[in-house]
Amino acid sequence: MERIPILTMGRLLLVTIQVDMHDRLALTLQDDLTSRIVKDGARGVLIDISSLDVVDSFIGRMIGNTAAMARVLDAQTVVVGMQPSVAITLVELGLTLSGVRTALNVEKGMALLTGGGAA
Amino acid sequence: MEMVGGTRLAQLFTSNQEQLLAEWFAQQHAIAARRGLVGEAELRNQFSQFTSLLVTALGASERVDFKSSAWQEVRAFLAEMSAQRARQGFTPVETAMFVFSLKQPLFARLRDTLVNDAPALADLTWTISTLFDELGLYTTEVFQASREQVIVRQQQELLELSTPVVQLWDGILALPLIGTLDSARTQVVMENLLQKIVETGAAISIIDITGVPTVDTLVAQHLLKTVAAARLMGADCIISGIRPQIAQTIVHLGVNLTNVTTKATLASAFVVALQRTGKSVTAGSAQDASRGSRASDGFDSLQAE
Repeated sequence: MERIPILTMGRLLLVTIQVDMHDRLALTLQDDLTSRIVKDGARGVLIDISSLDVVDSFIGRMIGNTAAMARVLDAQTVVVGMQPSVAITLVELGLTLSGVRTALNVEKGMALLTGGGAA
Repeated sequence: MEMVGGTRLAQLFTSNQEQLLAEWFAQQHAIAARRGLVGEAELRNQFSQFTSLLVTALGASERVDFKSSAWQEVRAFLAEMSAQRARQGFTPVETAMFVFSLKQPLFARLRDTLVNDAPALADLTWTISTLFDELGLYTTEVFQASREQVIVRQQQELLELSTPVVQLWDGILALPLIGTLDSARTQVVMENLLQKIVETGAAISIIDITGVPTVDTLVAQHLLKTVAAARLMGADCIISGIRPQIAQTIVHLGVNLTNVTTKATLASAFVVALQRTGKSVTAGSAQDASRGSRASDGFDSLQAE
């Protein structure tokens, strides 16, 4: 079965979504990610969606939910690299992901997490 | 009533070419010369081209039908002429007169040649009248369409011209908005801004609404959408240039701008942006000379921090 890889970088987890998200894949990712946060004791999660061209309301909500779950497990989530078209779609759908932090690319997202941890 | 007599009309044209031109030209010249838009030679050229095409089309069949394929060339000529006149600034009436001016000279010729044949005169009068009405209306239609094209093109240009995204500093973008924000413009503005954020990797963008005349709930909604979209991409937005009246309107309308940083002027928004990106502007040696006259309050206070 198809899975989205989760990479460990120190105390951060990096999820790079490079395939078209379909609903089952999204749910599997949620399962995998939450168990990895607990297992590795991660402090932060970076979700890189720079290769994602199309989102629907389900995927949008899924991203928001994943961030909320990670927060409950005491890990900050940063969504990085969102495409302009995806951002416009999400806003039009009314999903502004108000609880989720965002960054332009992985580097800035990581600075946000490590900088925030140090402060 | 059938429109017949194509060949006879063609004949009428060929045998009276010179006279028709003279009378038509007298009427046309008055219009064109007054406007000073078309030269005499060009008018003559247009007329002879028009009549020769007309004669060919009329000679093609006894039945006169402007919509048939025989008239394709005439339609193309009229379309080109109308489009050209639309660009040159003629009015629709003046453009249609290009065709209608021929009516009177033609009727005069008809009366002279068919003085003893009343039925034929009536038939041909009807044919000419209907045909030239169609031709004239066609020029008006094309004229209108080409004016419409001009308007659409100008609208598009306006849309693009009015939404520049400016890079103020490394990582700081400014979006000076001028004019009313409607849905279509917001879409263009949003796309431009997001694209520029990707290109420059900017962390902060300042939306300046000094040039927006009125802010109603819809405009505020559009602004908030743009801010939300930029935030999703990972860039913060500051709204600046809020005039006192606009601030009052926003509060009276109950628009919630609490989640967005707002500043009165672009300058103060820029100062905030510099602070957030960890940069500062210091007064250099060039300003030492003018230090006595208090150079720049904003920058001085920034340096103090």
